[in-house]
Amino acid sequence: MSHDASHGHELPFWRKYIFSVDHKVIGIQYAVTGLLFLFFGFCLMMLMRWQLAYPGQPLPFIGNLFSETAMIGGIMLPEFYNQLGAMHGTIMVFLGVVPLAVGGFGNFVLPLQIGAPDMAFPKLNMVSYWLYFTGGVLMFASFFVPGGAAQSGWTSYAPLSVIASSGQTWWLVGMAFLINSSLLGSINFIVTTVQLRAPGLSFSRLPFFVWSQFVTSFLLLLAFPPLMAAAVLQLMDRLAHTSFFMPSGLVVNGQVLEGFAGGGNAVLWQHLFWFLAHPEVYVLILPAMGIISEIIACNTRKPLYGYKALVWSVVFLGFMSFIVWAHHMYLTGMGPNLSAFFQVTTMIISIPSIVILTTLILSLWGGSIRFTTPMLFALAFLPMFGIGGLTGLPLGLNAADIHLHDTYYVIGHFHYVVAPGTIFALFAGIYHWFPKATGRQMNNFLGKLHFWPSFVLMNFIFMPMLIQGLAGVSRRLYDPMQYAHAQPTQPLNVFISISAWCLGLAQIPFIVNFFWSIFKGKKTDQNPWQATTLEWTAPSPPPHGNFVKEPVVYRGPYEYSVPGQKNDFWPQAMKENN
Amino acid sequence: MSEAGLIKHISHPHPVTGVTNSKLGVWCFLASEVMLFGGLFSAYILLRTGVTDWPRGHEILNVPLATLNTMVLITSSVTMVMAWASLQMKSLSKYRLYMTLTVLLGLAFLVVKAFEYGHKFEHHHFPSTDNFYATYFTLTGLHGLHVIGGIVVNLYFLLFGVKMWEKEPDQLAGRVEAAGLYWHFVDLVWIFLFPVLYLL
Amino acid sequence: MNNNYYGWGLPVDISTTGWRVDELIIVIHWVMAVLFVGWFSFLIYSLFRFRSRPGHKAEYHTKHFKTPTVLEVLVAITEVVLLTAFSFPIWHQYTQGLPPAEKALHVKVVAEQFAWNIHYPGPDRVFGKADPKLMSSTNPLGLDPSDPMGTDDVSTINQLHIPVGVPVIAELSSKDVIHSFFLPVMRVKQDAIPGQKISLWFEATKSGEFEIACAQLCGLGHYRMRGFFVVDEKDKFNAWMAEAAHT
Repeated sequence: MSHDASHGHELPFWRKYIFSVDHKVIGIQYAVTGLLFLFFGFCLMMLMRWQLAYPGQPLPFIGNLFSETAMIGGIMLPEFYNQLGAMHGTIMVFLGVVPLAVGGFGNFVLPLQIGAPDMAFPKLNMVSYWLYFTGGVLMFASFFVPGGAAQSGWTSYAPLSVIASSGQTWWLVGMAFLINSSLLGSINFIVTTVQLRAPGLSFSRLPFFVWSQFVTSFLLLLAFPPLMAAAVLQLMDRLAHTSFFMPSGLVVNGQVLEGFAGGGNAVLWQHLFWFLAHPEVYVLILPAMGIISEIIACNTRKPLYGYKALVWSVVFLGFMSFIVWAHHMYLTGMGPNLSAFFQVTTMIISIPSIVILTTLILSLWGGSIRFTTPMLFALAFLPMFGIGGLTGLPLGLNAADIHLHDTYYVIGHFHYVVAPGTIFALFAGIYHWFPKATGRQMNNFLGKLHFWPSFVLMNFIFMPMLIQGLAGVSRRLYDPMQYAHAQPTQPLNVFISISAWCLGLAQIPFIVNFFWSIFKGKKTDQNPWQATTLEWTAPSPPPHGNFVKEPVVYRGPYEYSVPGQKNDFWPQAMKENN
Repeated sequence: MSEAGLIKHISHPHPVTGVTNSKLGVWCFLASEVMLFGGLFSAYILLRTGVTDWPRGHEILNVPLATLNTMVLITSSVTMVMAWASLQMKSLSKYRLYMTLTVLLGLAFLVVKAFEYGHKFEHHHFPSTDNFYATYFTLTGLHGLHVIGGIVVNLYFLLFGVKMWEKEPDQLAGRVEAAGLYWHFVDLVWIFLFPVLYLL
Repeated sequence: MNNNYYGWGLPVDISTTGWRVDELIIVIHWVMAVLFVGWFSFLIYSLFRFRSRPGHKAEYHTKHFKTPTVLEVLVAITEVVLLTAFSFPIWHQYTQGLPPAEKALHVKVVAEQFAWNIHYPGPDRVFGKADPKLMSSTNPLGLDPSDPMGTDDVSTINQLHIPVGVPVIAELSSKDVIHSFFLPVMRVKQDAIPGQKISLWFEATKSGEFEIACAQLCGLGHYRMRGFFVVDEKDKFNAWMAEAAHT
């Protein structure tokens, strides 16, 4: 294939912008759709936070917009709370963060950074996006089916999920679409990175962003299929009444459960689910590490410290991520030997994370640090990921997990990593690459107005959750006031909820900035940040095919402040001295 | 070709990796398929070892018929290779012959499977009957879907092969090779399924 | 509800073994604090020292830092210590260190949506037979009335009473979906999984009225699956048992 109609011929609108095979258009499609789902998932959370702060109180104004199956007189029903919980997690992880981090940033930046004209399989790329879109539509639509959306947690543990209402089936089918979208995408990324690097761009000269997307793609390729298998088995249980996850002798609501032969294993679902879902959390963090590495190198005007350590760490991390999954399952009756294995692997996997974080902090040493908006978000990522990673330690040790399992400590832990962690990195990436995609700069003042409140509020929201977890407050409680041990920390729930709603408001400068800058932002040339990597040698925005002439690479990705050079950056594709 | 704007290594292998894009792509895809069927086989092992009353496959399923089916699928892998080899030897007519045989053999496999399923349904044995049947129907069903997928792809290359052969012969050979790798994998999965489900 | 037991932070601990869990949690948090303060201080210092300003240039070659490698090795050693000196032995005791059967009070905890069914074997220390087919609203455990060993059994809904100073062996299971049996003041938590029987043991050191919580999403009543966990002095416990046997 390649360029049949596009050389010189204008494509009709629907082929240029809707069913485009250009990686940049597809990347923007992923990014915009991902941002919309992030916004939607955030709204679901804001609703939950009302019930948590003021249990049983009617939600003013907005509460009356909901049907009687969700809220009666504005008072939330437990089933709706559980739907919000399950779908907030599902949407944020699978419809928001990953599509933006991998589908959006990966698609847009990766071919440019390796000097390629597009992805290896442009049509497959387009199919990947539309599979994601379809999965997203199914997930959204599931709110409106009888019984509502999935409400068994994003983890969908059996047998609860097998006997749940029809929204769970929509969840499973939606997941099947999302999984296949990711699979096709990961094949594209791997083949593109291996086969289409520009001349001179060896693996040891790759920007760390490309390495992180490359390892992420292997995680998606190899970890998602077991969840596909699990989804097939759960669909069979729900629709064909097999008993893969259904033990014998179940009695539900006082009645012996009819129609199931039994003999199944409820924990089997957990093994298959977590086999994917643990690598999945590294899918959430690796692209973020890649993004902020680029931004740190560029805004310190010096090479990253320990490039080799970074690369080996990320590869090792990817490998280890496949053998830690049962640390989510310590309390399923696990004995000392199996749990010892998973504790050891979990401790081992903390090492590459520590190496990566330390290396990135050390990359600041000796630099000349520019506090641009992307750099602020990238810098904030470091301590936030630090807290997130550190709070994983008590959870990874099963003896401490006895008390902390399934409490708010877990929620605090993973949100620190994903929210002021990954999502900050994604904001950083948007501010950083916006000029390349649009030819215009985002407004700096609005960027800082977005950053500072967000940074403070993120900590106001998630630090108290660690306290609640130590107090033993369980997750997924519609009304925390029913338990004596949860009542004393209820004021924290009010504090957290107000902070969460303020965090929503704090995103307004970003939303305004984003849309205003597309049309009225200050116009910029092709390399406003004076960066070294290949995407900055293409026009802003790059045309179809990206480069007027195929670039040739002469040096590593972070040749900043090279002694003897006139400028403090020496682009990878510049042949001569500068 | 290193003309700016054109994707490289579609028909000609990469000098370092030695493969075309589609070949590497198919190998990646097959790796994911190994994980898919691996997940299912792992589930089967966990379920079977968790109970004491799992029936023996040969007591319930038709081993001779499945043996025949195994031969059908293996033969279709051979004809698939012959189809690709015919393209290498620049013989379009031989390619069409072997590809047609491959498609027909694939359909024959499905017909036999339909007989097997129908026989079970007639005797009121469904996936819900017990976990042996659940595993049998799910694993062979998912495999069957993969066979259908392979037949569709092969049919596409059979029907539209002439046009592609005339425009870009190297690309057609590469794509048929990639389809062949997939088809061999589908065959290989069956070679694991057959003893595990029918014999053990 | 007596809220002297709960606050912001770890609940009161009235078990014989809970102090080990608390000790591990506290030690880890000190390690985490040291690491975080170290990293964060270095980060802030670097941001200040190497901020871009007129006359200040970045260095292309920075020195190779040995400290991080030392720190990484120290962290690895710390993790080995946390595993071998704390977590492994605690878990071993938690799962394998069951008290001798003849010394313990045996109880079965059968979770359902949304209540805890507690089953005592009675003075004969043998549990009566139970069958799912016999389950009903008046017989949630499905106890077989024809089994002579079951006539002295005591069953309650949401009332787990135990005596002070007597080890308890609880066998957890579930009728429907996965629940999780959590006694915050005993530092015990274990999933109750349908199709499985999982044993748990604990021993209380003080009397009082506490609660059972469900720690695994089990449906729309998950939030109200609160049970009463009452620890009595031995006499009071025996009296309660005797009375419960007659109801």
